Amino acid sequence: MMSPPTTAERQRWMAVLARASAADLAERIAEGPALPDFVRLRGPEVGLVMMRGRAGGGGAPFNLGEITVTRCTVRAGAQTGHATVTGRDAERAELAARVDAALQDPILHDTLQTRVIAPLAEAQAAARETKARHAAATQVKFFTMSTMRT
Amino acid sequence: MSIDLPGFAAPVTDAQACFRALLDAMARPGRVHDVAAGLTAPAPLVPATAAVLLTFVDAETPLWLAPEFAPARDWIDFHCGAPVVTDIGAASFVVCDALPDLATLDAGTDESPDASATVILQVHGLTGGRGLRLDGPGLREPADLAVDGLPDDFVARWAANHALFPRGIDLILAAGHEVAALPRSLRIAEGM
Repeated sequence: MMSPPTTAERQRWMAVLARASAADLAERIAEGPALPDFVRLRGPEVGLVMMRGRAGGGGAPFNLGEITVTRCTVRAGAQTGHATVTGRDAERAELAARVDAALQDPILHDTLQTRVIAPLAEAQAAARETKARHAAATQVKFFTMSTMRT
Repeated sequence: MSIDLPGFAAPVTDAQACFRALLDAMARPGRVHDVAAGLTAPAPLVPATAAVLLTFVDAETPLWLAPEFAPARDWIDFHCGAPVVTDIGAASFVVCDALPDLATLDAGTDESPDASATVILQVHGLTGGRGLRLDGPGLREPADLAVDGLPDDFVARWAANHALFPRGIDLILAAGHEVAALPRSLRIAEGM
């Protein structure tokens, strides 16, 4: 019996689920234990959220623009699962919410964590690293500017 | 936090249908409308109250809840997202099963009477019980409405509210799946 997940733990797996594509998610879930039956409490429904970025030397926030998101909340047994994913894929949002609910179930947690979340997180980290490496190769260093700043 | 029940099955069309029913109920006082088809409400809310909340209440409408309705608070928070206030005078919507003192509610101002509060009163039934004779805009002839669950001095209390017109409180009566509305423009006398 594990203790209930902390907010940080849950945020971590929800972030991984939100970034996973529908195909990857379905593939991983197929390898894990069967997800429990569920009822939809809200959605999946499509809406807009304002994305904010930071700009300038002081990092002042600015509104970058609105993006389309799909959110879904399900109830599976005693657990409530939430998911908000970018785009309009309702099935993906529902799947992510179901996994979030199942992960809060102490019986399913460990198996799901190793079979679904860990591989997804690994793939996402690898993809991010590849991209960062490609970007780093194109970086231009302005020697005079960097010396001036310090 | 425990939310066990979903809201409307089809959020857009169900809310539109409920809005239309309330519009008709306000325009033709005394008529009883069916709302909340297929909606399961969290106790102690009845489906009609839940449907009215889902339709009208959102983040911009402060809500006052009678203490008896505390068990439904999580559901209301999740599905409506309305700020729940403790000061009944600051509320746009009031949910209760015993009529509060209407003088303590926000009756709007002469410049913007639309800013007034709306009371959603959960009653036992909209047939049988106390007879009311309704007269006013929307009614060619006086209409009768029987409400089970209004206080004994309701007619006198309503007269004080009606006297404020164009300011005043609008009342939505909810029982089971049914609603009826008593807009402030209405003159109410004992009937039947």
